Amino acid sequence: MDQEELFAPPGEAWQQVSRKLVDLRRLVLLITVIVLTTVVGVVLGLIFGPPAVFIAVGAGLIALVWGLWLIPRNWRAWGYAERLDDLLVTHGVMYRRLTVVPYGRMQFVDVASGPLERRYGLATVQLHTASPATDAKIPGLPAAEAARLRDRLSALGEAQAAGL
Amino acid sequence: MTTTPGSEAGGTKAARVDPTPEHFRRLHPLTPLLRGWGFLALAIGIGGQDALRSGEMGRFGLTVLAFAVVGMIAGLLSWWFTRYGFDGDALRIDSGMLNRRSRRVRLDRLQAVDINRPLAGRMLGVSELRLEVAGGGKAEAPLQYLAVDDAVRLRAELLARAAGIDADTPEAPERVVHQVPLDRLVWSTVLSGAFITGVVFIAGIGIAFLFYRDSDVTVGVLSSMLPGVIAIGAALWAQLGRNFAFVLAESPDGYRIRKGLLDTQHQTVPPGRVQGVAMRQPLLWRGKGWVRLDVDVAGYSGESSDDSQRTSTLLPVATYEEAAEVLRHVLPGSDPLSVPLTHAPRPARWLRPFGWKKLAYGVDDHVVVVREGVLYRNLTTVPHAKTQSVRIVQGPVQRRLGLASVHIDTTPGPVDAVIAHRLPDEARAIAEEQAERARLARKTDVPEQWMARYRQQSAPRPDGHADGDGPPAASSERDQE
Repeated sequence: MDQEELFAPPGEAWQQVSRKLVDLRRLVLLITVIVLTTVVGVVLGLIFGPPAVFIAVGAGLIALVWGLWLIPRNWRAWGYAERLDDLLVTHGVMYRRLTVVPYGRMQFVDVASGPLERRYGLATVQLHTASPATDAKIPGLPAAEAARLRDRLSALGEAQAAGL
Repeated sequence: MTTTPGSEAGGTKAARVDPTPEHFRRLHPLTPLLRGWGFLALAIGIGGQDALRSGEMGRFGLTVLAFAVVGMIAGLLSWWFTRYGFDGDALRIDSGMLNRRSRRVRLDRLQAVDINRPLAGRMLGVSELRLEVAGGGKAEAPLQYLAVDDAVRLRAELLARAAGIDADTPEAPERVVHQVPLDRLVWSTVLSGAFITGVVFIAGIGIAFLFYRDSDVTVGVLSSMLPGVIAIGAALWAQLGRNFAFVLAESPDGYRIRKGLLDTQHQTVPPGRVQGVAMRQPLLWRGKGWVRLDVDVAGYSGESSDDSQRTSTLLPVATYEEAAEVLRHVLPGSDPLSVPLTHAPRPARWLRPFGWKKLAYGVDDHVVVVREGVLYRNLTTVPHAKTQSVRIVQGPVQRRLGLASVHIDTTPGPVDAVIAHRLPDEARAIAEEQAERARLARKTDVPEQWMARYRQQSAPRPDGHADGDGPPAASSERDQE
């Protein structure tokens, strides 16, 4: 069906991001849910008494299960492909996106790696054009791959750079 | 996003700390006075509050005086240490006494030059010169303030250098393309949504007041009319005050705009700097057949939407034919209004029950055109060469209906090209083809030093590319100088 072809890879397959991204996101989710549930539970518990705590914990658990289920799906949706003249990035489950960024339009490349990402040996590469709407971010790349991609993108960007 | 744009992105970089060359010039000596206004107002405000509370007017006077003296000295020092001049291919601005700051603006990245004259500046005969280079949310280098003659001379020199010709070339001659008649500007203001809403609001309250005549509530009624007055004032200011005596002219340096009632603005946008144009028609203008043109120029976006509106007006109000003429001028080589359009497919009616029949897009050799809107009509044009990136987006509802939207990203500004609600295979094809069209168009786009190419064109070239359609790489153009 053509719905699938809309986000089909240009070649054989998308290059996928590291599976470790799932572990990382699950850890982040776990921490967020625990912190939020604690805060909300304590506040509600003080105002409405013990039953409210159970509701907060229940809501937290539901969010957790839902998130745990969603994260691998979201991970599977990420993909990128380096073509001759442009980079393709796709992501999203509910809102699916495919971004085509010509190397010649690239203004700069960001490589970011937070403390948790570093623990998993991951990094995020982001391309910036002169348009803030350009949505070309690839999270969960192994550090070596991120560095390779950055170097390749900057080299290609320089070679094909066009004036605004 | 912590990384600052590299030299590739912006025009400024922290230069090496070397002494300011001797021939560099200072800003206008009245600068400290004009810039000190805010400071003095603050002093009066704070001191005045204090004085009213304690009732000691003497101390208040002293405070204000002290602030004025300190502010004046600071302003004088800052003026003394700020100097500008040309350093190789760039404009260099050195400023700061303790923290020396040296900024270099690369002229090959120049997107626009504006000369603004605020009311106070007009009375004192000074103006502000703003340079827009791509990258960076605000104007890179507002030179506040210069004598009027100096500003005009500097603008000519900046444009000449950016164009790649002799710096002493006098300002290029211009041809007036369009002047907005005052009566039309007034009517366009009256027919704006904000103005009508304000009038209806005031009239409504006034009528209600007539029926319940009661002297006790007069003040309350009058003050409740205030939002209406503000709406009218805002409409008057935004359309009439700003676009008063609007003149659009064209010259080899690009197009020029002059406008303004109290604060005047002179904009110059070099050729090939237009990133996109939108033709808009508010509902109330339809009877008159008027439209407005907004334009995207890199660096013009400004921090607030108000700023961006101020600088992105290409025509505040014009007839359709006049606007079409201007559109052809700023987007040479194509006629966006005669591009054949493809309509959106039937399923789009679920997402745009009223507008889906109007939803359409079209493509020619140079531009992509998107039309939409029933009440507020909108025709967006983006040159292929200015496409920054292409995105396909599909939300859950669109997925159910078998639709997807294609976004053609441009530099920030009022112009956004979204080809909404197409069939999936069509959307994918549009995106892929647009990327390819953009790639080809970039190769033949106007080079950074546009006049250098112009000169080259007139001289016969050995390889027979005298028509200028060959792919002149930007780098080789630069080597010419």
